[in-house]
Amino acid sequence: MNDCMRLDELLPGRRALVLSLENEEAMRRRLRDMGMIEGTVVECVGISPCRDPVCYRFRGTTVALRRRDSRSIRVRLVIET
Amino acid sequence: MSIKRKQPPKSLQSGRQYTTVALAGNPNVGKSTVFNALTGMNQHTGNWPGKTVESAKGICKGAKTPFELVDLPGTYSLLSHSPEEEIARNFICFDSPDAVIVVCDATAIERNLNLVLQIIECASRTLVCVNLLDEAKRKQITVDLEKLQALLGVRVIGITARRKDSLSPLLQTLDEVLSQEVGSRTSPVRYPTSVESAIDIPVRALEEKQISLKGLTPRFVALKLLEGNEAFLHEMKRYLGTDLSAELSEELLLAKRQLQALGSSQDSVTDLIAKAFVSTAEQISASVVRKGEPKKADLDARLDRILTGKWTAYPIMLLLLGLVFWITISLANYPSAWLSVLFSFLLSCIGEGLSVVGAPEWVQSVLLDGVLLVLARVVSVMLPPMAIFFPLFTILEDAGYLPRVAYNLDRPFAACSACGKQALTTCMGFGCNAVGVTGCRIIDSPRERLLAILTNSLVPCNGRFPALIAILSMFFVIGGTGLLASLHSALLLTLLILLSLGATLLCTWLLSRTLLKGIPSSFCLEIPPFRPPQIKKVLLRSVLDRTLFVLGRAVTVALPAGLVLWLLTNLFVGGESLFSHCANFLDPFAQLLGLDGCILMAFILGFPANEIVIPILTMAYLQSGSMVELSSIADMKLLFTENGWTPVTAVCVLIFFLFHWPCSTTLWTVKKETGSIGWTVVAACLPTVLGMLLCALIHLVFG
Repeated sequence: MNDCMRLDELLPGRRALVLSLENEEAMRRRLRDMGMIEGTVVECVGISPCRDPVCYRFRGTTVALRRRDSRSIRVRLVIET
Repeated sequence: MSIKRKQPPKSLQSGRQYTTVALAGNPNVGKSTVFNALTGMNQHTGNWPGKTVESAKGICKGAKTPFELVDLPGTYSLLSHSPEEEIARNFICFDSPDAVIVVCDATAIERNLNLVLQIIECASRTLVCVNLLDEAKRKQITVDLEKLQALLGVRVIGITARRKDSLSPLLQTLDEVLSQEVGSRTSPVRYPTSVESAIDIPVRALEEKQISLKGLTPRFVALKLLEGNEAFLHEMKRYLGTDLSAELSEELLLAKRQLQALGSSQDSVTDLIAKAFVSTAEQISASVVRKGEPKKADLDARLDRILTGKWTAYPIMLLLLGLVFWITISLANYPSAWLSVLFSFLLSCIGEGLSVVGAPEWVQSVLLDGVLLVLARVVSVMLPPMAIFFPLFTILEDAGYLPRVAYNLDRPFAACSACGKQALTTCMGFGCNAVGVTGCRIIDSPRERLLAILTNSLVPCNGRFPALIAILSMFFVIGGTGLLASLHSALLLTLLILLSLGATLLCTWLLSRTLLKGIPSSFCLEIPPFRPPQIKKVLLRSVLDRTLFVLGRAVTVALPAGLVLWLLTNLFVGGESLFSHCANFLDPFAQLLGLDGCILMAFILGFPANEIVIPILTMAYLQSGSMVELSSIADMKLLFTENGWTPVTAVCVLIFFLFHWPCSTTLWTVKKETGSIGWTVVAACLPTVLGMLLCALIHLVFG
């Protein structure tokens, strides 16, 4: 199964399961404080007009992340049934 | 839940004047709405000691007895190292508030519970206040508050802070919470078994040695000792008066070894603890929150598609910006005119009063033609646009539009190695650069904050708008007065603003490649849902917090400026006033910039407040020795052209108005925020050099 990818590759409307956060310490901590840990389901909800940053929704909150940062988050695509 | 009335709140024993209650919560959950509703006008804002983080305290009448409410900075957690989180954590742990109210967003309980759980661990009494129930209802989200209360083991109350009738149940419950006994608390959070058994070792030692923990629980203290967060341990040592990590060194070593044996290193203890909070929050939330089919979320998504859409985002941003300026410009004229009439009446009254009591001529002149005239001028020109601009800005902020602006503009700022939030502080600068500089606190990275502070005065503030508009309408606007003219001047003004935004980006880019080298830090911005703004509160807060604050400082600098101005124009050496001498001296240099000596001198004297530049200039041209009002724009244009102004001069003056040294208030704020004279000098030189270069270039090409 080749559905493992980086969060910045997630297309709008798709959801993914967070596998690991490979960001540097401070960012990892901030993401964790907002509720993103291994196993969290994240949905891509929008792309800003310059294509970066991108909005993600998890645990009822929408958070904008730069692609530079979301590239360090490994995820697995959730296949919608 | 059993509530015993045995132990009175700690503050009553220690002789503190009031019971202290802390107000905590995530950002964007309506914490300030709760704070304002509870304290009303009885509040006092300032800074946390030694930190550039705003603090607010207020007295609340309470259900039975008054208490002091302390507004903690909005945070997502207490575990990280940001100044806000440290302040909130240290206050809860070491200032021993009698209770902590945690405000939660009913539409995002899961994320909010993370902070709630952390606070329950370290606070003596906790009241969880689930806010925004109305919004949750619209989004078909229901929260089982009873069950939440049972699971958390602390009191939970649901409110809609916008509505007044929510307050009295909140105060009632708070009163009950305050009378609860502070005894053994059980934390709802369970850590992984390895951590649990490791903390048992220091916990037992703490209980055996009977060390006084002054209200902290052994479990919490043991956790923190094991985590080994240096900053926190230092604070704890000061608070307890003993160095526990030394006293319990054997037990801690044992605990750490045990952890290692079970396969977790010291670093990952912090990680394990943080994850335990998140997953406990997830479990609790799963059993108390029910979600129906969302309807409003669709509306939000549709709005976002337009406001942050590829083709629509920037035009809408420009349109809104133009609209805000147009409303400000066209509405501010009326109160400005009334205020001028009022002040000239007051001045004539004071004048008569002075001659009645027989004050010497020069005293009358200093007061009336110098100090008071400048003051009146500054207030009447400055107050109305600010009183209109800031509420409009706050409405956009309240509705949730501003984070979207930061989101839309992050890419251009990231290209300059800066932070998207700089877009917001830049927008605040349109109101007042000093407020914009203070606003830079929202940027986390020190380097990016400095970039935002140094470039803030490149955008024109409200003090400069009237002058820009006056010059624009004198030389460039078609069609006299009326709707067409005001639209035309708003359009030209928007162009000037685009120029200043371009300069902001350019200077940010230059700075981040020279003085402030570095890569952009990570960016993580919450995009809150759209909310209807609370017009009444917006008006109140923006007038009190921003307008009056700026006005107060402007008044304090306008008074001495008036005196200096009077001296310069009324002291004569060799038949000419000091002002003329200075202007003549500056003239050759000013000519290079496409200006003249009087204009440059007016800018220098306008250092305390930009709004007095044009009045000083007209006064200098008229050589009457004091400021006068010319009856119309046409009169002023005639005066200026008689003194050699061409359209090129007007363009140079406009450019110099956009880019010159920031006013004294702004520079003072820069000094306060950066704590460095060096950076304050950079903040003064950057726009000045840019403006001089641009003016010289324009003069060279067109002059």
